[in-house]
Amino acid sequence: MALDLPQTESSAKVWHPATTESRAARYALIAITLAFLGLFLFMPLVSVFVEAFRKGPAEYFAALLEPDARAAIRLTLLVAATAVPLNLIFGVVAAWTIAKFEFKGKAFLTTLIDLPFSVSPVISGLVYVLLFSSHSVLGPWLKSHGIEVLFAVPGIVLATMFVTFPFVARELIPLMQHQGTTDEEAALSLGANGWQTFWHVTLPNIKWGLLYGVLLCNARAMGEFGAVSVVSGHIRGLTNTMPLHVEILYNEYNFVAAFAVASLLALLALVTLVLKTLLELKYGAELRAASGH
Amino acid sequence: MDVRVSGVRKEFDRFPALHDVSLEINSGELIALLGPSGSGKTTLLRLIAGLESPTEGKVFFGDEDASLKSVQERNVGFVFQHYALFRHMTVIDNVGFGLKVRPNSSRPSSEEIRRRSSELLDFVQLSGLEKRYPAQLSGGQRQRVALARAMAIEPRILLLDEPFGALDAKVRKELRRWLREIHDKTKHTTVFVTHDQDEALELADRVVVMSQGRIEQIGTPDEVYDKPNSPFVYSFIGESSKIDVRVENGELWLADRRLGLKSDLPDGDASLYFRPHDVALVSDSDACIMGTVVASRRVGATRRVELEIGGASERIEIGISADHPAKEMSGIAFRPQHWRVFPKS
Repeated sequence: MALDLPQTESSAKVWHPATTESRAARYALIAITLAFLGLFLFMPLVSVFVEAFRKGPAEYFAALLEPDARAAIRLTLLVAATAVPLNLIFGVVAAWTIAKFEFKGKAFLTTLIDLPFSVSPVISGLVYVLLFSSHSVLGPWLKSHGIEVLFAVPGIVLATMFVTFPFVARELIPLMQHQGTTDEEAALSLGANGWQTFWHVTLPNIKWGLLYGVLLCNARAMGEFGAVSVVSGHIRGLTNTMPLHVEILYNEYNFVAAFAVASLLALLALVTLVLKTLLELKYGAELRAASGH
Repeated sequence: MDVRVSGVRKEFDRFPALHDVSLEINSGELIALLGPSGSGKTTLLRLIAGLESPTEGKVFFGDEDASLKSVQERNVGFVFQHYALFRHMTVIDNVGFGLKVRPNSSRPSSEEIRRRSSELLDFVQLSGLEKRYPAQLSGGQRQRVALARAMAIEPRILLLDEPFGALDAKVRKELRRWLREIHDKTKHTTVFVTHDQDEALELADRVVVMSQGRIEQIGTPDEVYDKPNSPFVYSFIGESSKIDVRVENGELWLADRRLGLKSDLPDGDASLYFRPHDVALVSDSDACIMGTVVASRRVGATRRVELEIGGASERIEIGISADHPAKEMSGIAFRPQHWRVFPKS
């Protein structure tokens, strides 16, 4: 059966869906966005690499291979390799606690997990200075047992952990809340014990969200400046992480070396971004439940 | 396996979900827990499984007190409302999971697990889908996988939470018949939860009708349908009509009219319940219910008329034969064939 649809009388009037802007408005918005991104994100990123290679690749690699730079790279890797796995464990435990149990003070705990995000990193660092300095209660006691925290690697690891703690937990909490506990109940009813349930059911269910959280946590752990700067003491070759090393080189007007090390951090950011995009493309549906960020 | 629930009470944060529930399930029986949402039926099922623990009371499997045992030790097959299949495992790994996680001493070899899982998939008519993931299956197929997975652990009882709730009407009917066949073959003691009375009446050997955390009635489908023992069961199962009446000297009265129905209740206000289709028209006698037709419509093989009853506050419906004229505003006199009177609540 054919229906004779009435033709539109005036051809000048083109019908628009309610949510579609006019062509001019669309182009203007796109142009503004692109200009903004170009000016504030892309140009600085490019300039890091341009500055780093200003005196040629030889100078660039020399700056990276110089002993202090190598020490800074090593320390950064060490800090990330300690802080990230620990935060992975704490993050999973915290997310599990909040998502799967009901208890008093749960809302407070959830807020507390976000604390490192809302506090300035400098303050995060100062907290540890207060806790472990020679005038504190803990500091002298630890010192008498031969443990140096402040102006040493343990302090840097602690400050980094504090700052990066929320990443894994915040990624997992909404995901686990969304998934609920029925899969776990099913596993238990089939006879699995707690560990088997976690290993075979819970962990596979959260693995992509977990990886995503770890990726962000790692990027921040390697790039953290403020908190680490306060507790590090800036001892060259000993307690300088890469971001601190960049700052020192820059203050000494050693621009090529500063930007060379900075380019490594920028590269890390790019790799993180690519991996993050790949994860989102492939496991978008699972990650969407975790809309923490 | 006989199951006995004895004086169970369950509170969630002081909010009572079940009040003093007792129930005996015979070995090999297929039992339906039927009730509206919030009636406590799922809570009761989870208590039997050991997924919840009772605030008071006990659950026995045979002579053994199961209340002290964890869900793992109770060895029950539980089918969840949305199946709770493990999404990252293939169908056959899902089915074999319960065997795989057994302690070394009782775990079958991996070939044996595979063989038994295949057999079960065959049994639930899913052979050929072993390598699929749950996301690649239809709702009805997932339901079958969930059942096969629950049966793989050789459970002492099978518990199903709204087994057909998430399926469309056609698949639901097919699976209903299929579940009955499975039960007849395996003779597992089976308890399922449903809010759908057709499902409960068609499938179950006995139906447990629940409301507000209490068991209202336990009986065969015929018993709960034909002899409801409370106003709730009357109105929840099948259709019912209700008239507010008065008991006087063992007889029912509506205003100043005798209805010709007797009752043992003491004098006072009461409610008369009957099935709309279970009435006999009487030709004008003084002891009957008189109504004026306000609306009439054809429903299948019968005619449904809405009546205004003199002296009653609400309109009621009765079913009469289709060839009855039942013109609007005409009078109809009838008497229910089967009825129950309950004191006015």
